[in-house]
Amino acid sequence: MPSENDISRRGLFMKLGIFFNGLVATALAVPIVGFLLSSITRGRRAGYLSWVPLGPVSEFPEGETRLATFRNPYVTPTDGKTVDTACWVRRVEGDQFQVFAVNCAHLGCPVRWFPQSGLFMCPCHGGAYYRDGSRASGPPERGLFEYPYKVTNGLVTIQAGELPTPGSSTALLLGKKPPCSA
Amino acid sequence: MLRLAQIGAQVGEWFDRRLQLAAPIRAVAEHPVPRNTASWWYVFGSAALTVFMLQLVTGILLALIYVPSAGEAWSSLQALNHDVTLGWFIRALHGWGSNFMVGIVLIHMVQVFLFGAYKFPRELTWIVGVFLLLLTLGMAFSGQVLRFDQDAYWGLGIGASIASRVPILGPAIVKLMLGGPIIAGATLSRFFALHVFVIPGMLIAFVAVHLLMVIKLGINEWPMPGRVVKRATYVNEYHELTKRSGAPFVPYAVWKDMFFAAFVLLAVAACAVYFGPFGPSGMPDPTVIQTAPKPDYFFLWLYGLLSYLPPSMETPALLIGPVVAIGFLVLLPFLSGEGEKSWRRRPIAVLTVLLIAIILGTLTHLAGYTPWSPHMNAWSGDPVPDKFLRGTTALERQGALVFQSKQCRNCHSLGDLGGQRGPALDTVAVRLTQDQLIRQVIQGGGNMPAYGKNLSPAETTALVAFLQTLHPAGQTPARNAARDIVLDNQDRRPDPQRQ
Repeated sequence: MPSENDISRRGLFMKLGIFFNGLVATALAVPIVGFLLSSITRGRRAGYLSWVPLGPVSEFPEGETRLATFRNPYVTPTDGKTVDTACWVRRVEGDQFQVFAVNCAHLGCPVRWFPQSGLFMCPCHGGAYYRDGSRASGPPERGLFEYPYKVTNGLVTIQAGELPTPGSSTALLLGKKPPCSA
Repeated sequence: MLRLAQIGAQVGEWFDRRLQLAAPIRAVAEHPVPRNTASWWYVFGSAALTVFMLQLVTGILLALIYVPSAGEAWSSLQALNHDVTLGWFIRALHGWGSNFMVGIVLIHMVQVFLFGAYKFPRELTWIVGVFLLLLTLGMAFSGQVLRFDQDAYWGLGIGASIASRVPILGPAIVKLMLGGPIIAGATLSRFFALHVFVIPGMLIAFVAVHLLMVIKLGINEWPMPGRVVKRATYVNEYHELTKRSGAPFVPYAVWKDMFFAAFVLLAVAACAVYFGPFGPSGMPDPTVIQTAPKPDYFFLWLYGLLSYLPPSMETPALLIGPVVAIGFLVLLPFLSGEGEKSWRRRPIAVLTVLLIAIILGTLTHLAGYTPWSPHMNAWSGDPVPDKFLRGTTALERQGALVFQSKQCRNCHSLGDLGGQRGPALDTVAVRLTQDQLIRQVIQGGGNMPAYGKNLSPAETTALVAFLQTLHPAGQTPARNAARDIVLDNQDRRPDPQRQ
């Protein structure tokens, strides 16, 4: 009579079978999870951000705010129109600029510029910002997101490539103003 | 004829010998249900299942034409609407089907809640039902994304903005949700996978478990006031009830389900024919910013809520609110698994349902005309009504011009036209004195931007002069009595500088 501690031949093979399947499943899980998370990991390694030109300085009159468009630096074949992005360019004076994302700092709807009243207004939940991007009123907790910019050889260039959201790294980089800074 | 029937029976027998399904199917169909559950109140679950099947069929039909590519989805929807024979009708059926499904699932949930059907031993049926509701809402949102137009594009932006507020993991969740750094091709592809494979697969599995439990545990009996659920005795009591006064589900109760299911399908088809398909609205081109994105009707309440939450409460409410709400729904059968089932003895349950319905209804109604948003074209589109300009001075008319050209009108209405973000100004002169008007215009406050930097002193003077004319005839504008006294004294007192 085999005691309870004895391992039978069939029981051993059963356990080995489970172990073997577990091993294969783990080995397969690594590339599967790697594939699923690739949109995150790729951003960490190479970074999605790069410098894109908006146009010559002369296109942006001093003291005015104009809509500019650029093509997102990271493009895949099925993107269609979605890689074309808009931004608001404010030329303060000379080579001093402010480049704002069109995305409202509240929930990302496209804000519109009203030069007469010097306000950006959001059509979704009623956020409003002053001409320098700081919060004027409504639900946003902060001012508009700003892209880092530089002017080289008379060309305005911004660092872009990620959707600006309240938690994104670009958002933490620039344009963070205390609420009610007005 | 008789011979045909004989052949039919033989073929049936041949299959059943191999499948052995006839007996279990008959057992399910004829299982006894309490006589009083054959009620029109018990038809919403089967109606939801019917609409779900309609969605499966019409969804597969749409997939024959639809292209899940950010570059081509919009054009393929246009082709469905205008080129493919009856493509518009299938799109309309699918769109209206989704509206009906969300509505019927919610009604089913309210009925189950008010009839105490979530109590012992049907706790798990309720919990699976909660997940079915969440999956249905997931289908609704992902379906809205597949209608890849401006609303879908900016709606994704709103979803990403909400997700990004999760502490630490936010940016990673956004990239996982979008399939990359921006809303683009990969985003649509993964929402297609969610809408067509992942969520429907889970829905089918959960519906199967849900139905299995309904059959195994029996349908909830009609709640009678005073008949209290006790863990120790309920199962026996239920069996006695079905034995004593039960009737076979088919055909005793099922005909009402069938009638209602057919009626719902007819209603969906009628809406589809009469109202047509939803959208698509403008092309999903992010450089076209002249758009006011709005979610479909089942998320309008959320759109309204997000406008009214104070900024400081928003992130906690967005992140903690859903966890609390879902947690409460899941825990409900454990918090009140026994006791009264009848809504007549559960006033708090009835009031809770009414309160939630009123809140959701009000927010949905408000989201229909978004009083919190500036009217982007009011300053150029809605002229100052004549009656406000009659008998005014040149300065006051100049003020009316400033009022329009500085877009005050986008947030303030006159004669019921214009934005509703700020108060209507038809009688503002009665509420605010001249000094208060000047201060409010220049410094803003109370959710109004400061206009000090955008108005010259002359413009401010003109604007305030106009605003002071805005009072009902026969009612004098507000004035600061102290100011009059001070000004009077100044007039009387000789000016020291002139001497």
